[in-house]
Amino acid sequence: MYVYDDFDRTLVDERVNEFRDQVARRLSGELTEDEFKPLRLMNGVYLQLHAYMLRVAIPYGTLSSEQLRTLAHIARRYDRDYGHFTTRQNLQFNWIKLSDLPDVMADLAKAGLHGMQTSGNCVRNVTTDQWGGVAPDEIEDPRIWAEILRQHSTMHPEFTYLPRKFKIAITAAAHDRAAVRVHDIGLRLHKNGAGESGFEVVVGGGLGRTPFVGKTIKPFLPKRDLLSYVEAILRVYNQYGRRDNIYKARIKILVHEMGAEKFGAEVDAEWQNIKDGALAIDLAFIADIASRFRYPKYENLANEPPALTQVRSRNSRFDTWFRNSVTPHKQRGYAIVTLSLKPEGAPPGDATSEQMDAIASLADRYSFSEIRVAHEQNLVLPHVAQRDLPVLWEQLEKIGVATPNVGLVSDIIACPGLDYCSLANTRSIPVAQELTRRFKNLGTQRELGRLHINISGCINACGHHHVGHIGILGVEKNGQEFFQITLGGRADEKAELGCLLGPAVPYAEVADVIEDVVAAYVELRDQPNELFVDTVKRIGVEPFKERVYAAR
Amino acid sequence: MPLVKNGAVVEDRFTRVLDDAAIVDDVPVIMPAARLLADVGDLAGRRGATGVLWPNDRDISQLAPHLDRLALVALDFPNFRDGRAYSQARILRERYNYRGELRATGQVLRDQFLLLHRAGFDSFEVSKPADASAFAETIARYSVVYQPADAGTPAALRRRNASSKAGARVHLREHDA
Ligand code: SF4
Repeated sequence: MYVYDDFDRTLVDERVNEFRDQVARRLSGELTEDEFKPLRLMNGVYLQLHAYMLRVAIPYGTLSSEQLRTLAHIARRYDRDYGHFTTRQNLQFNWIKLSDLPDVMADLAKAGLHGMQTSGNCVRNVTTDQWGGVAPDEIEDPRIWAEILRQHSTMHPEFTYLPRKFKIAITAAAHDRAAVRVHDIGLRLHKNGAGESGFEVVVGGGLGRTPFVGKTIKPFLPKRDLLSYVEAILRVYNQYGRRDNIYKARIKILVHEMGAEKFGAEVDAEWQNIKDGALAIDLAFIADIASRFRYPKYENLANEPPALTQVRSRNSRFDTWFRNSVTPHKQRGYAIVTLSLKPEGAPPGDATSEQMDAIASLADRYSFSEIRVAHEQNLVLPHVAQRDLPVLWEQLEKIGVATPNVGLVSDIIACPGLDYCSLANTRSIPVAQELTRRFKNLGTQRELGRLHINISGCINACGHHHVGHIGILGVEKNGQEFFQITLGGRADEKAELGCLLGPAVPYAEVADVIEDVVAAYVELRDQPNELFVDTVKRIGVEPFKERVYAAR
Repeated sequence: MPLVKNGAVVEDRFTRVLDDAAIVDDVPVIMPAARLLADVGDLAGRRGATGVLWPNDRDISQLAPHLDRLALVALDFPNFRDGRAYSQARILRERYNYRGELRATGQVLRDQFLLLHRAGFDSFEVSKPADASAFAETIARYSVVYQPADAGTPAALRRRNASSKAGARVHLREHDA
């Protein structure tokens, strides 16, 4: 956990007061909607189809049990008793009244939460590996760097009115769980030949209308230079990013139009001017930030205790869940547990107040009061003693978050779509719900192996469809909902954009087509453990296209 | 449009001149960037103060050689969501050490005062009179900021961690004194 000090608390409280005043001026007409809009967006407040939506930041996806209880309280008191976890480690409330918002924010602030910069043309909530601090394959805890960047970008006097939104992601592990190559800036903490750690800096990745995998402009940046280098990137972007066309305003277009090499040279020139100034980072500063992260006092435990292995061998349902949802931990005797928010037939990523409260209590008992939010729209208990897994599992089953489908075909990522979003062309949640019914057989799912389906209700790509192993994009054709399907995308260290399968299909046929695609994969894979995405890589989309469209 | 300087509404002593209007020698004027660059030689002997209105899409480094002849630089916000001039302001203050008046003009609204001030602006042509009179209260709204960017007012800042590391270079978190 990152623990706020007085400094952080004061800033958030002052922000609540400022927002209260802004809402009052809006309600009295002193502020026009045009003037108010960027202000509310920078506090996470959107106007959706039916109501205001509030997006709460969960920096680097780490929550305390107290914070999760606060979110449950807000859902209960001001909303319709549930919240929605997004693909960017945020939580959204969909039914909040504008006049309640200042009070909601004051309640959030008491628990060290806020909606600052979860929207607007500024640097957004910095995301990272949901297993930061506990993953065995990381070289250090990436959340320290996410926090440093969070502080640096909060109410930045130069970069609050950028051409467009700006997203930064960080990974410090061999396996990239933060999708850094599809962010405006992606940072990969790694070690160079001399054993020093520093950042590979990737810019200009992103999805949306014009998707790009980012380009590396600095293979190795020493840690001391992180802030000055990011500042140089932002400064070049703020001055030269396009402001004439909202669809061309992201940094990826600037990088593409200038070329990554020229862009990198501009950044370097700017950086030379500032690298030895006030932003150079020293060890004391890193230590100061790191010291406010609290780590559990782990017990000295053995791996695979009998309390675990005995239950695994006699209870096959538990064993199935264990093999699917439990992951190795840095610390001996502990495990990382993923809680699936994707039960059959439900909207992906939703949690009720009751579930949130129950998960908070389980975190108190079994996970040192800590919870993580994964960008796959699941929750994580990051520090569970292995001996506690059987009893924890029983509790998770009771509240419906132990579906053993993590990483499988029914663990679908979907944006809110036409059910909530005013920009949507099509529904996306009902498509996800139907697919979870089609693939409800867990045996079949396991047999298919890792397979990510991502659904977006319009070209803005909030469901990250380009990087889904199967991507589904809603488009409108003559007033009807149609869906384009792409295959072979991925967001990890081998990031790639999916290839179009063929003509878009109508709403009523999407689930059938996806079933056909999956059936084709089973026929086409060269061995049972070749993953879907690897089969597509090996043979391309043509063989899939032939099989799927032949029958239509 | 009310002008705010040093936290208070004041009379504007500068006159704006258009591209080809005559310039009176002892009157403080703000002239367009193109004219300043074209007539720069003639300006040396002026008795009145000279200012320039610099557009937000023109490279600010072109102004650097002339800064010591200027009493005022006005940077433009054609609309408040267009934030290019924030970068120009910081570059003028921090890279070129410009210490003259730095004025924000265009759509200048209350909810951007603090950012403008922290980016180095010290005078403001405010769009709405009610905002102008709320200036002092508005920029006092935050007692804490995270970045070491306030080029214009470094002396007013106290370092949170200064005691723990004399000579250290990173002071992300600073309190206003
Ligand atoms: S992808 Fe489109 S429909 Fe879905 S949430 Fe984003 S903007 Fe809305």
